[in-house]
Amino acid sequence: MDTTLPPASQPSDVLMEPPSDLMNDPLIEPFSSLTENKPTSKIVSEPSDDFVDLTNNLADSPEDAAESVLADVAIDTTEIPLDEPSDDFVDIFGGETEAPREEVVIANVTVKAAAAADKSEVTSDVTDPPGDLKTGSDFEQEANETATDSIIDLSDDLLSSNAQKPPLASDQFVDPLVDFLSDAPPAADAKIPSRATVDLFEDEGNDLFTEPRQTKSAKQQQKSLFGEADEDLFGEPLGATTKKPVIKEPKGKPVPTKAARDVSNMGGPLQDGYTAEPADIFSEEAVTTVPSIKKTSAVNSKTNGVHSEEDTDIFAEATVELSLDSPQEERKKGVPAVPSASAPSVSAATSLAKPQSASLEELDDDEEEEEEEEEEQEDKFDISISVKDPEKIGDGMNAYMAYKVTTQTPLPMFRNKTFTVRRRFSDFLGLYEKLSEKHGPNGFIVPPPPEKSILGMTKVKVGKEDSSSADFVERRRAALERYLQRIVHHPSLLQDPDVREFLEREELPRAVGTQALSGAGFLKMINKATDAVSKMTIKMNESDVWFEEKLQEVESADQQFRKLHVLVESLVVHRKELSLNTASFAKSTAMLGSAEDNTALSRALSQLAEVEDKMEQLHQDQATNDTFNFAELIADYIRLLGSVRGSFDHRMKAWQRWQDAQAALQKKRETEAKLLWANKPDKLQLVKEEIAEWEVKVTQYERDFDRVTATVRKEVVRFDKEKARNFKREIINYLECLLQSQQQLIKYWEAFLPEAKAIA
Amino acid sequence: MRSCYGLICGCGALWDVVSALPLQPRAVNVDLQTDATLQVDISDALSERDKVKFTVHTKSTLPNFKQNEFSVVRQHEEFIWLHDSFVENEEYAGYIIPPAPPRPDFDASREKLQKLGEGEGSMTKEEFTKMKQELEAEYLAIFKKTVAMHEVFLCRVAAHPVLRKDLNFHVFLEYNQDLSVRGKNKKEKLEDFFKNVVKSADGVLVAGVKDVDDFFEHEKTFLLEYHNRVKDASAKSDRMIRSHKNAADDINRIASSLYTLGTQDSTDLCKFFLKVSELFEKTRKIESRVAADEDLKLADLLKYYLRESQAAKDLLYRRSRALVDYENANKALDKARAKNRDVLQAETSQQLCCHKFEKISESAKQELIDFKTRRVAAFRKNLVELAELELKHAKVTMT
Repeated sequence: MDTTLPPASQPSDVLMEPPSDLMNDPLIEPFSSLTENKPTSKIVSEPSDDFVDLTNNLADSPEDAAESVLADVAIDTTEIPLDEPSDDFVDIFGGETEAPREEVVIANVTVKAAAAADKSEVTSDVTDPPGDLKTGSDFEQEANETATDSIIDLSDDLLSSNAQKPPLASDQFVDPLVDFLSDAPPAADAKIPSRATVDLFEDEGNDLFTEPRQTKSAKQQQKSLFGEADEDLFGEPLGATTKKPVIKEPKGKPVPTKAARDVSNMGGPLQDGYTAEPADIFSEEAVTTVPSIKKTSAVNSKTNGVHSEEDTDIFAEATVELSLDSPQEERKKGVPAVPSASAPSVSAATSLAKPQSASLEELDDDEEEEEEEEEEQEDKFDISISVKDPEKIGDGMNAYMAYKVTTQTPLPMFRNKTFTVRRRFSDFLGLYEKLSEKHGPNGFIVPPPPEKSILGMTKVKVGKEDSSSADFVERRRAALERYLQRIVHHPSLLQDPDVREFLEREELPRAVGTQALSGAGFLKMINKATDAVSKMTIKMNESDVWFEEKLQEVESADQQFRKLHVLVESLVVHRKELSLNTASFAKSTAMLGSAEDNTALSRALSQLAEVEDKMEQLHQDQATNDTFNFAELIADYIRLLGSVRGSFDHRMKAWQRWQDAQAALQKKRETEAKLLWANKPDKLQLVKEEIAEWEVKVTQYERDFDRVTATVRKEVVRFDKEKARNFKREIINYLECLLQSQQQLIKYWEAFLPEAKAIA
Repeated sequence: MRSCYGLICGCGALWDVVSALPLQPRAVNVDLQTDATLQVDISDALSERDKVKFTVHTKSTLPNFKQNEFSVVRQHEEFIWLHDSFVENEEYAGYIIPPAPPRPDFDASREKLQKLGEGEGSMTKEEFTKMKQELEAEYLAIFKKTVAMHEVFLCRVAAHPVLRKDLNFHVFLEYNQDLSVRGKNKKEKLEDFFKNVVKSADGVLVAGVKDVDDFFEHEKTFLLEYHNRVKDASAKSDRMIRSHKNAADDINRIASSLYTLGTQDSTDLCKFFLKVSELFEKTRKIESRVAADEDLKLADLLKYYLRESQAAKDLLYRRSRALVDYENANKALDKARAKNRDVLQAETSQQLCCHKFEKISESAKQELIDFKTRRVAAFRKNLVELAELELKHAKVTMT
């Protein structure tokens, strides 16, 4: 589901290894040098097992084989970390079977272990980061304690695959470790590796440049990283895809011990199974993470024989894709080749990859390219949805409209290429409710459906077959179609099981709580009211200028759109009036013509009446055109802007939560200080625990916030782009219609002219 | 019985006379003058607070004017006075009196302008200037139209073979002082109203009288229907044009709104918005021009003929009235003869009525024929122009 998945999954390995390692050989067997094969192999073997267990992904993989391979690899680790794994790796990519993959995982592990061993030499590098750690200093006193605690926590959590806790635990775990380093030399040895492994991703990247050997190992690691990710995904049943990342990502999160913020940004979106937009993050930071990743990816492509930056993007994306689509198919093609075929994550991939290779300035270029790619994507991304045949079902006030939703797609995630379901309006609303509940808090812009219209629907229900109700139904139908199209064109919303269910399943449980007047509706209203109040009370001192500007922009755009909508609606009304008046004029002209006793004039007048009749039709069409191409477009965007603001609000809420947590932490700290002063050790312990808890929360909330921020940012960028495209298309469409009607007009009048001239 | 015969005889004789009359070359259009001896136009007009001053410019070779070329300043009321003097003159009963120009009505436009001034704070500067320009344009259009209506009236009079010789007309054209005509006071207006009521009631009565002349009978039914139709068409066209203008206004506002959107947007969409705004602005201009042209060519034409047909109807009414009078006089004569009393008096009045009726019939026939020619020509001209303009605008929109 995510571009960044690979990095994420790798870190998860990294993370998992060291902890398990630590647990299994708790600080007793420090491996200080590379030559010590034994520990390494041990480390390797055990973690790998753990890994398998933890992830549950490799359930079907032959563990034995894995272990044996592992053993082989482990023995040779020091000498040939490069060769063997790389071979495996190559296999994987060309590979058809799953086994090689496992090998790779193992190899990967070994490599990492080896690298970790290396790392111990590079302690200086490793020790640097602690200074960067925000929370590091706080931990110094209790580093030891916490470390062990959290390690245990971590393992527990990992096993239980709790999505929330692991990252925190591991964070803590890593931090203390680093601190510990300076305090306890023997322990340091043991822990450094873990730290090192963690760093492998970030800091090691730097080292990679200087140390050829490490670079190589890193290469492999990188490769295996990808391979592994793939494998996980492959091993996974399709249905589980959405959940899986959630499990996995937390593990991935701890990776960024340093610059926790930035990296968590990267990891955050992952957790959502969303294509992260590390683009900004990376470019902003541009210190350690970027080069390392860049390097690794570059290396990757080299060893792969898969080449060039773009391929790496694709590569990264491929893994994502795999999770989304049919792994089998893609695997056959070979990972590097696959990605281009799968659209949704292309943009994400680019955004991920490009910033890696570049800084902010290139973002613009990226966007352009991205756009191109998106165009491309549209070609490939051929899921087309149509909403048709509105049909009234039932009678009286219980009547409702059912629409035929037809989906056409070659995407393998769907069972058939074409399928049709019948959905009623409240189903559409229900889908939105589900989606916004699930994705809204994460900062996604969930396309809103058209509003419920009691008046319009009542008219339909009453069964008046007049033009206004037909107009209403048609309008709604078109709006629903656009709504669905927006959803399926959203790369991550398309992946939502609810969406799929909505499109595919024959019978959908009746959506509840969508009635405007029901109890649920009332509750919703109250919720909205409280939201509005809290929105007013939350005063966010916006740190991000971009957001500030964007929010303002959105608000003013909203205002303008509203205004525009009113105007266009009035234009429609006037046009309809015009058409009506033209019709009556045509009639009276015809009468006048019949009353006229000059034959030629009478003829001309009746001709004029005909022309006016046609004009009436023209005006009518124009009014329809106004409505559907222009007014509806604007109405859509008014709704969408509402969603955008909603996502901004969610971001604000996340921020608020973070701030609250911080305030709470502050309070606890004060209590701690007081207790310390009062010398009450028993209570002190309790408070300390609480502090730890709150710290965890703070970091988590902060991360949440950053994640939401990143998502919102990306979503808004996407939204803007979509908007621009959409507007251009629609308005050009509209203008074309306008032109056409003018052409028609010319035709009519040209025909009339000789008639007028014929009056003698 | 005899009277009837006489009547028919009279008519027959009249018919002969009329048909014997040489058809004078006449202006085929409302404002077309073939006669160079008297040319009238409004060279200038000045709009003051509640009145419009028209500068009436005359060029004439007629001997009863002191100069060949002269101008006077006239107001709307003076035009009305001239019209009324025509209507009241018995001499002209047999002619279609050119309809009086409508009162200049700038109130709506002024009011809008004022409202705009009040609402200045609530809109952006661009919007304000745009609206102002628009209203000014509207004002100007109404002004021009008013002037044109007055001019048409004068031209019609000047082109009329009989009315052009009217003394009042000459005074109107030449007397360079204020004519000091006053508007009708309330009493007179009330009188007018009653007169109108009586007239229309009478008209209904008179209309019931079967006309002996097929031509007039036909004309009468035709005009009655035609008038109603024109009235209807005129109202409808007015509405059509109004909604057209509204649509144009909307487009204008959409354009300005898009413009604001374009200036606010930070993405590449802004240029697009600006362009679209420009496009809308253009469309607006064309649309409003189309509306204005339709207004000028279609609505004004219809309105003019609404009034003209009213005038023609009035003429027919006067004729029918005369006919009824004549018949009554005949009856009176018969009675007088039977009683052998006041025969002479009755005869004179019968003669008078007969003469009057004949005269009216004679001129009326000519007038109506002229009316038809004029109408056809005017319609032709206007419709051709309308079509051409519509084409032109549509083509402009295309580019």
